[in-house]
Amino acid sequence: MSKLPPLTRLTGWGRTAASGASLLPVSTANIARSADMAPQRGALVRGLGRSYGDAAQNGGGLVMRLAGSAGEAMLDEAKHEVTVGGGVSIDDLLRVLVPRGFFVPVTPGTRFVTIGGAIASDIHGKNHHGEGSFGHHVRRISLLLADGSTAELSPTQRSDLFWATIGGMGLTGVVLEATIHVWPIETSRCIVDTTRAHDLDHILTMMEEGDHRYRYAVAWIDLMAKGRHLGRSILSRGDHATADQLTGPALDAPRAYSPRILVSVPPIVPISVVNRLSIKVFNELWFRKAPLYRTAELQTIPQYFHPLDMVGSWNRLYGPAGFVQYQILVPFGEEDALRRVIERLASSGAASFVTVLKRFGAANPAPLSFPAPGWTLTLDIPASTGGLSTMLHQLDHVVLDAGGRHYMAKDSHTTPQAIKRGYPRLAEWQAIRNQADPNGRWQSDLGRRLGLIT
Amino acid sequence: MQNAFGEPQTILLLGGTSDIGLAIVGQLVSPTCRSIVLACRNPDAAKAHVDTLGSDGITVTAVAFDAEAYGTHAELIADVVAKVGDLDVVVMAFGVLGEQSDYDNDPVAAAKAVSINYTGSVSVGIAVAAQLRQQGHGRLVVLSSVAGERVRKTNFVYGSSKAGLDGFAQGLGDALEGTGAKVLIVRPGFVHSAMTHGMKAAPFATTPDKVGEAAVAGLRRGRRTVWAPGILRYVFILLRHVPGPIFRRLPLG
Repeated sequence: MSKLPPLTRLTGWGRTAASGASLLPVSTANIARSADMAPQRGALVRGLGRSYGDAAQNGGGLVMRLAGSAGEAMLDEAKHEVTVGGGVSIDDLLRVLVPRGFFVPVTPGTRFVTIGGAIASDIHGKNHHGEGSFGHHVRRISLLLADGSTAELSPTQRSDLFWATIGGMGLTGVVLEATIHVWPIETSRCIVDTTRAHDLDHILTMMEEGDHRYRYAVAWIDLMAKGRHLGRSILSRGDHATADQLTGPALDAPRAYSPRILVSVPPIVPISVVNRLSIKVFNELWFRKAPLYRTAELQTIPQYFHPLDMVGSWNRLYGPAGFVQYQILVPFGEEDALRRVIERLASSGAASFVTVLKRFGAANPAPLSFPAPGWTLTLDIPASTGGLSTMLHQLDHVVLDAGGRHYMAKDSHTTPQAIKRGYPRLAEWQAIRNQADPNGRWQSDLGRRLGLIT
Repeated sequence: MQNAFGEPQTILLLGGTSDIGLAIVGQLVSPTCRSIVLACRNPDAAKAHVDTLGSDGITVTAVAFDAEAYGTHAELIADVVAKVGDLDVVVMAFGVLGEQSDYDNDPVAAAKAVSINYTGSVSVGIAVAAQLRQQGHGRLVVLSSVAGERVRKTNFVYGSSKAGLDGFAQGLGDALEGTGAKVLIVRPGFVHSAMTHGMKAAPFATTPDKVGEAAVAGLRRGRRTVWAPGILRYVFILLRHVPGPIFRRLPLG
């Protein structure tokens, strides 16, 4: 047995609650041997560290970074499927897929997530209302198990472990490779309609009545607006542009795709530059910049899907105290609870830089999958905001009483009791997990903090 | 695991009946908290605090802890971990003050005070640090004192034990750098508490609750040292450099 590397301090994207772990770069060829070196605190694979809390941390244990190359991805253009390594990022995969006329089935707001992470968090995107979460589109998973063997999983082969791995936060094993469905696209542009909503009722009604006409839909809420403006929003909906919708220079290179990081935040930002004032100003400008109504605007994939990725390491803007993301689900029919949460947040003055509202469609069979029919609200708030923790604990009650839950990939504050209430199938997942990993090889800080593993 | 706001799920208080220790623990209680362990010489003495701190979802237990029984410390920490899991926050708040005039004529009593305040802290502090390093996270809060910052003639046995403790905690904090575990040193001035009952208060006297607030704020902000009240940081920058002949004449109590 070789020696483990010394402890490295790791955090999630929100840069809170650090822990130290032995960080080891691995490849699919040597990962089974490396995982065997895990101390009693177990092993975990970490992708690009975009989970906001402690999902990709394993204090005192082994954390492995799985290398992956999109160049080895195998695209089956006839079946609309790609087979790709678990360590490959959506960023790298899109560079291969888009020029060949395909697009990932689901993308979150950043392209810097790995395929393994996308499966472990069962990520969702702007197309959830019609096309579901990432897990809906996974055809097959090659999973490294605790005993060092590799299992082939699919919705028909060992389906219980397949669905426990989707949304399983990396605690069932390591995704070595996956085959996923991909969408054919004619161009690398998106065609986008934008509408302003003057209050919460207006935005909810517009989304209920019109989302189904669009493939992608999401609303940005100005949480700094109060009173009769409460819930004022910008609704942005669209689809991939077809070849005949292109105009101007896009016509010359219909599938050109070259996403860039325009500027990066330096490693040390001594204080948070994201504060009440800057957030208020940003939100006001953002709202006013949006047109009352604009149709068929052509945008690039990075502009439409990954606008924040244009600023590298933007999480550093929050300074050393970091920030939390609060993402919750409230089922349809419980709009009053959603309203109470938004009212409470708006009146507290808790400043959220980016607040997003999205309608979810059907759930998938995964016991720990987050999305289910209902509304999901997402906020980013500086962790140093006074009284924030108490307020979030109170909001948890509103959400859970309404039958809602928390998105674990974003969570960094809630409790095991809240997870148990929000995910009634937790025990079922634990039974499958414990059968696949009886000695607790796979562990994480999130798993311990939220009582997923014991 | 503590959450993003530094709210711990588990707390161990070494010195389970210490006013300052209990004030810190009381302010760390949140909906995140699930286990509190009060470790003190006589667990029965902590009974009232077990009842006060306990509530829905929080289990409070009292366990026996003898600062001078060095041989038991590693086992004590292992037992607590077996009971509650990872230690998120450990508060080291035990110690004795005593009267300098008594120590002047009793070398055994003086050595015993140092053995509790300093040697006992080193022993249990090492055991705690080993656990925090092994789990890759956790905070150790060490109750130091301004008495150790520049030791005065009126309480130099106590002051020197705190000076040693403070140095130990600084070195330990540096040694844990990068492991995910951290040490917070709390340096209070004169605190109105059971320990100082009947004594004449020194300037900038404070209360256990105020020290608790300063310690919890320090934890939230990831500080290495906090002073209570904060002004003492600057007072002692001056006092540290006052020449001996003048320092000896200062009416510092």
